[in-house]
Amino acid sequence: MSVDKILGIETEYGIVHRGVPDPDPISASALLINAYLDRVSAASRGPNAPRPGWDFIDESPDHDARGFVAVDGRSPAIEMHMVNAVLTNGARYYVDHAHPEMSSPECADPLSAVLYDQASDHIMVASMEAAKEILPEGQELVVYKNNSDGKGNSYGCHENYLVDRAVPFEQIVSHATAHFVSRQIFTGAGKVGCEIPGSSRHQVPFQITQRADFFEEPVGLETTLKRPIINTRDEPHADPLRYRRLHVIVGDANLCQVATFLKIGTTALLLAMVEEGMLDQGVRFADPVRALQQVSFDLTLRQPLLLEDGTSVTALSLQWSYYEKAAKYLERFGNKKVGGATAELVMERWHEVLTALEQSDRSSLIGVVDWVTKQHLLTAYQERQGLAAGDIRLAAVDLQYHDLRPARSLFARLGAETLVDQRQVATAMLHPPKETRAYFRGRCLEKWPDQVVAANWDSLVFETAQTNLQRIPMMEPTRGTEKHVGSLLDQCATVIELLDHLKAGDPV
Amino acid sequence: MPEQEQQRKNAATSREDFEQEDPTPGASGEQGAQLKAELDDLLDEIDEVLESNAEEFVKSYVQKGGE
Repeated sequence: MSVDKILGIETEYGIVHRGVPDPDPISASALLINAYLDRVSAASRGPNAPRPGWDFIDESPDHDARGFVAVDGRSPAIEMHMVNAVLTNGARYYVDHAHPEMSSPECADPLSAVLYDQASDHIMVASMEAAKEILPEGQELVVYKNNSDGKGNSYGCHENYLVDRAVPFEQIVSHATAHFVSRQIFTGAGKVGCEIPGSSRHQVPFQITQRADFFEEPVGLETTLKRPIINTRDEPHADPLRYRRLHVIVGDANLCQVATFLKIGTTALLLAMVEEGMLDQGVRFADPVRALQQVSFDLTLRQPLLLEDGTSVTALSLQWSYYEKAAKYLERFGNKKVGGATAELVMERWHEVLTALEQSDRSSLIGVVDWVTKQHLLTAYQERQGLAAGDIRLAAVDLQYHDLRPARSLFARLGAETLVDQRQVATAMLHPPKETRAYFRGRCLEKWPDQVVAANWDSLVFETAQTNLQRIPMMEPTRGTEKHVGSLLDQCATVIELLDHLKAGDPV
Repeated sequence: MPEQEQQRKNAATSREDFEQEDPTPGASGEQGAQLKAELDDLLDEIDEVLESNAEEFVKSYVQKGGE
């Protein structure tokens, strides 16, 4: 049976430290984040206030959804995170490897995910501005929302979906693979060139996605080497007997809000259909990794993808068939588990985008789908400047599409369609979603910043003068909402009062 | 929109059908024209926005792998 599709987005951003001879991306990322945290904290609480840190006690990234724990030394290790903060909007902002990363708070529907994704981007903009005030004249930190440096190095934009533990993982694998391969036609952020070793820019001058080049396996636990289309990390950050968290590593980071909305919305619908057993006939590619790359390279969207049984499909036909089934799902089960009324908007936009992708002239998707937008921009620029294919200036336009500085971002200057307004985004930078446990996390941090000493997805740790450290578990992502704890949080003047209420049986 | 609905049905009932169909011209020509005009405006000013040394910019954009 389908469970509420609680979901979120984690984005690793590209970072450049300009104006220094030998830039170090790790310290640049730390500086970026600290500059922002100092600015926010000084604005709300005065300088030198302590900051709650992230708590790693319940993290288990080496647990595999197929039922085993990796022990061969290739498992993803927990890094020593230099900077690791939890924000009052419920997000986690930290240095991961050599990138600034934002993990959005848990959201209850795809529109909320778009809102918090926008909030993340705007926090990056505010962070760049804060860093500029600290850095010497002539230096600057610049953040890019892309997934590749064009030289074979990739960094991810991951999605997370709450899934019913009772559904066998193998059932998720087949349909999720088919969806991830085919949804690229609207989730791709576009890329000049190809980074598969041995390939050349002449063979693939432009492709649909940033990420397809970097995938080598159909299924696996890795995220940095031999990346798999289906990641099997089994770390639900919730009651493990009830839930899985499907950790999706195969997507691109999107600038177009509609693309983010569809990436999340269609995947939530697909997973709900799998949970309800509506998709019994699996779609099995003869070679899933090859199919992923074929779709990314095929700008006509017409190339057949070979299936294991010898027949073939196209990405468009697969997406239409999932669209049709999603309509049936909503007729039968309603929209309650898949984000309420926003599910109808997902269907509307899904239909519109697939219809437009079938046309030879796809200009109606400028500002709606990133790869189409970028392709039009590149083609027009190339014609206007009379550039040869492969000119380095086309690669520069590609990179600068993703620049998050408002004055420099080619995407921002296009005036793309928005689904959320600036006032909502400004609110979401500071306040949590009301419909998930992120509400409890965010409100507690806002109200008692000095007494929340650590936080993670499924607990908060409080410290008061009167008590030892008190861990409050939050194992149920659909609780801790405004409806559930809003008035309790309003009533309690102190952490002690809150803890007393919770002990008396008001569970989070 | 009945016209869109019809297109969708054609496409969905038989994928072979739509694969052989000639693609019809842009469904929302007006919106497309407006977006193209915005793209033209951007191109008019793109030299002020673009990094001045494209080659140096592209070469120096090196990231560490992540995740």
